[in-house]
Amino acid sequence: MAVSYASNDRYKKNVAAHSIVRLIICIIVTIICLLPIYILIVNATRKSGDIISNGVSLIPGTNLIQNFKNLHDETIQNGSYTRAYNLLIGYRNSLIIAVCSTVLTVFFSALTAYGLVVYDFKLKKFATTFILAMMMIPMQVVSTGFLQFMVKIGLQDNYLPLILPSIAAPAVVFFMLQYMRSSFPLDIVEAARIDGCGEFRTFMQIALPIFQPAFAVQAIFAFVASWNNYYNPSMLLVSGKLEQRTMPMMVAAILGNDKLTDYGVNYLAVALSIVPVVIIYLCLSKFIIRGVTLGAVKG
Amino acid sequence: MQVARNKQKVSYAKYGYIFIAPFFIAYAFFMIYPLINTIILSFKGNGSTVDDWVGFQNFQYLLFGGETRAADAIHSKFVSSLGNTVILWAGNFVVQILLSLLFAVWFSDNRIKVKGTGFFKVVMYLPNIITATSVAAMFLMLFGNSKYGAINSLLLNLGWISEPLKFVNNVWSSRVLVMLIQSWMWFGNTMILLLSGIYGIDASIYEAAEIDGSSGANTFFRITMPILKPIFIYVVITSMIGGLQMFDIPYLLHEGTTIRPSLETTAVFIYGQFHQQSPNYGYSAAASVILFVITAVLGLIIYKTNTEPSAPRAKKHKFETRR
Repeated sequence: MAVSYASNDRYKKNVAAHSIVRLIICIIVTIICLLPIYILIVNATRKSGDIISNGVSLIPGTNLIQNFKNLHDETIQNGSYTRAYNLLIGYRNSLIIAVCSTVLTVFFSALTAYGLVVYDFKLKKFATTFILAMMMIPMQVVSTGFLQFMVKIGLQDNYLPLILPSIAAPAVVFFMLQYMRSSFPLDIVEAARIDGCGEFRTFMQIALPIFQPAFAVQAIFAFVASWNNYYNPSMLLVSGKLEQRTMPMMVAAILGNDKLTDYGVNYLAVALSIVPVVIIYLCLSKFIIRGVTLGAVKG
Repeated sequence: MQVARNKQKVSYAKYGYIFIAPFFIAYAFFMIYPLINTIILSFKGNGSTVDDWVGFQNFQYLLFGGETRAADAIHSKFVSSLGNTVILWAGNFVVQILLSLLFAVWFSDNRIKVKGTGFFKVVMYLPNIITATSVAAMFLMLFGNSKYGAINSLLLNLGWISEPLKFVNNVWSSRVLVMLIQSWMWFGNTMILLLSGIYGIDASIYEAAEIDGSSGANTFFRITMPILKPIFIYVVITSMIGGLQMFDIPYLLHEGTTIRPSLETTAVFIYGQFHQQSPNYGYSAAASVILFVITAVLGLIIYKTNTEPSAPRAKKHKFETRR
């Protein structure tokens, strides 16, 4: 025992040293994660001239309000900004699509999973296997046929093909299936039947409240995925009218325009698309991190 | 009462069908039919000849070229898009998996604890939540080609360079930039997936290893990696399928109106073919079908090689842990 005392001491010192080295590396990576976003936000508050003479600054400027005005001023750069970007319209459109998609995804995925868990029917096994097998098919693989089909039935420039496909989200159904199998007591359904509760009402009033934790996580992910989606809207909204553009499309429109050279305004336009997402994320980060973990263990 | 309940029980099956019907109707309409339609379109013409059957011509042109100069042009464009996809994905994945494994092992280490793990997890996951479009815009402005790009302006002011660096226009720097952006966005996500796998490992195994005097590296390769294998496979497959669809950042990371040829991935190629005045549905559909087949084959290969019980484990990975 006495012999191991010295080595134990060295061991402890060793551990402490390692711990500090790791902490420093973690801090460096944290800075790498945050610095681009920080520079973006700082530059959004600076004058274009200042950014041209010095692109990177850690101290915020004083031009935020002026940049915001310029972004929505029709006389700046001949109104090029107002033709490419409109904050309110962008938020509105992205919100409409994201909220509708999220509600549809979560509700119908729960309904489907409930149907597969609670009832016994001939095609049950086939349907479950089918959903699992289809989970991996990426949307991009079918996008050509999807777009051509939508154009043929006249649904291009319409939000419906962006919203309605969310009814069928195999990955979410899979997640809900796992959740229900592990934590939904089937006796409740039986009890509700004895009490004369209809099947649909049982789902709405008894099952849905029990699924709430799974709901919250999946709703956050569905919302973020829809909000961030650029591929589908830019593919389907063929005419690209300003009134229809989603937030990512507006950012892309600013990028694609060489004439927009007020750098402060450009930075602000991009920052405005990021900041709300970052704030929401920081508020819900506990949920989100746990959600990623749940998805992994069960997926 | 008993009789009535039994009678009802028989008819419950129909609720099963009713409950899953919306999913399957929507899926058939928005996924299955489009998939079939994509396959049909891959055998049809392009532009104004979109209604003509051309057999395997699209596939032939894309994969092997043809007699005409246009066919050869589309062939070389498609092949280079496949190459770009592989390069961009592989580069991004190496960086991403090394970083995420490193942090996953550190954060789950019970011997050498790092303070503020919860905070680091939140921050490292943050880039993943931001719109890819905005990420592309942000990095394009930071790494702009001209002397007005933030990094160029910084380096010029410091006197480290005398001419602005063409980050975006240069073939390899643009690729490295996309790889780093992709890793920046995804390593936090991968890290949390791996971490949840490591947390699932019984702590007593590690205690036993420590008592037996197993070194850190030994524990990692002999215990952590083998047990982590299912999650590791999951991460590789999903990252690969995601990589084959890589679109937003390569598509947007350019100055001016033309997409950088060094960044034209297969997804960008497909999009470019149908996103035209008179869409080349034939080429884009054929490329989609090829992509679909590659996705399926790659998935199967990885699945097969990793489920063979006698396969040497973890030996080919050269990961280092700092201990």
